[in-house]
Amino acid sequence: MASRVLRGFWKLTWLETKIFAREPMGFVGTLLVPLLIFVVLGRAFGMNRPMTAPTAAMPFNVAILAVIFIAISAVQSLVAIISIYREGGILKRLRSTPLSPVTIMGAQVVVKLMFTVISLVLLMLAGRRLFPDVMHVNVFSFTAAVVLSTFSILSLGFVLASLVPTARFAQPISAAVLYPMLALSGLFYPVNRFPPALRWFAYLFPTTHAVSLLQGVWNGSGWGAHWGNVAALLVLFGAYTALSTRVFRWE
Amino acid sequence: MTSVISVSHLGKRYGRTVAVEDVSLEVFEGEIFGLIGPNGAGKTTTMECIEGNRVADRGKISVLGLDPRRDANALRQRIGVQHQEAQLQKRIKVWEAVDLWGSLYPRVVDADTLLVQLGLEAKRDAWFMTLSGGQKQRLFIALALIHEPEVVFLDELTTGLDPQARRAIWALVTGIRAKGTTVFLTTHLMEEAERLCDRVAIIEHGCIIELGTPAELVQRHCPERTVVFTSDDEDIAERMASLGVIEQNGVAYTIRGAGDDFVTGVINVIAREGIRVRGFRTEIPTLEDVFLKLTGHGIRD
Repeated sequence: MASRVLRGFWKLTWLETKIFAREPMGFVGTLLVPLLIFVVLGRAFGMNRPMTAPTAAMPFNVAILAVIFIAISAVQSLVAIISIYREGGILKRLRSTPLSPVTIMGAQVVVKLMFTVISLVLLMLAGRRLFPDVMHVNVFSFTAAVVLSTFSILSLGFVLASLVPTARFAQPISAAVLYPMLALSGLFYPVNRFPPALRWFAYLFPTTHAVSLLQGVWNGSGWGAHWGNVAALLVLFGAYTALSTRVFRWE
Repeated sequence: MTSVISVSHLGKRYGRTVAVEDVSLEVFEGEIFGLIGPNGAGKTTTMECIEGNRVADRGKISVLGLDPRRDANALRQRIGVQHQEAQLQKRIKVWEAVDLWGSLYPRVVDADTLLVQLGLEAKRDAWFMTLSGGQKQRLFIALALIHEPEVVFLDELTTGLDPQARRAIWALVTGIRAKGTTVFLTTHLMEEAERLCDRVAIIEHGCIIELGTPAELVQRHCPERTVVFTSDDEDIAERMASLGVIEQNGVAYTIRGAGDDFVTGVINVIAREGIRVRGFRTEIPTLEDVFLKLTGHGIRD
């Protein structure tokens, strides 16, 4: 089983990386848009001026917003790629080779995670340079939290990719789910002040737990205080992956 | 003859639509077998069930002695497929696709030699999206052949290609058979079936309605032969009366008969009578006429 999943995995992953890098718009959307959000909003909220408690003075954490945008653009790109591949019969063609379905999808996930990390690194570098007074976060811990969050949010992407009828609908359907998800994530308004029904609804989305974990890591409270978020991200990953294997269409 | 593919009473429906009603057929080693019929007749569904890419509702299928569903992984190593109207990633390069496919099988042919054979060596570094229709199909043939499969499945290989590209593809397919590989193809082009296939099965509304070599089918269902010639000689009708009724239209004469010996018979009479012929042509029915006769409609209707 393991050897079957690994057959062609690195080659396909490398190939998909090159193919993605050849796509000018995908590149811009994934790497530059979150960076732009971070830099523009960061300046607007005065992150470049020395403050006593800079992040506390902001209505919400701009760095975490930018990071969530990185994850969301990864999901949007995943949904778009899968729907284009399905419509063009590419998924079907790949599936009639010895490649395992897990390999075909796993390669896409790894490519997305790689670009997430690259995007995050750009963001950190920009942050160090432009907002040196607020970037005190532990880089490795924060990166790990971002990768885990993106991983979990990507599983929702597979469910979305199953719902999208044709490639033309990939963008609007993703946006219709991902943007409300962002609004409910607790980044702009604390989840525990939501009415109970809405609160539980918000907990069904990985972003809510991702934001809580990222805020914790940003504020230095560490992973130990957020094991509940980590567990929720893993459980939601499992649940969405299980759902998508049931509803996923290869053609 | 060794049987390579054996299908008995295959059935498949999608919801309430019956795609394949009842298909039974046998394909032998080293032949080009064609499943022919109009769009929506069940060709692709039948083929995909045989390849193991689709689960049949009922019936028994055996390919190289394997069950396409149960032994799917083993079978994928031994068959090559090309799907109808398939695409690859827009920005994948030709060599990259061949390289990826080549890495998936334990034993493969040399990629560069294969590209030369398929006339793609100049397109090695080209993105898939920049290839012409014929080049894309040749690449798909390359991907289907890279692991030297024992059976190759080709679904509507030349649909949408111009006549020149189509002829080039036909030559490639005949080349595949020359190496001993069995070819199973679908087409709705009767000319293609007639040129390429050793045997054909005609499928209509999910059922095989006739099966045999193209020549057999023509002989069986459309034995009529027609000779039309022009001559300035006199009394043609009387001199050729042994051949039956002769229609005359000015200097053009039409004689109808049946069977393979009919045309030879006409030539013999013309020679014996010493008739001076200015023009001479024969009208021999094709698979297209067989199809029309069996189904009551043309294949493109």
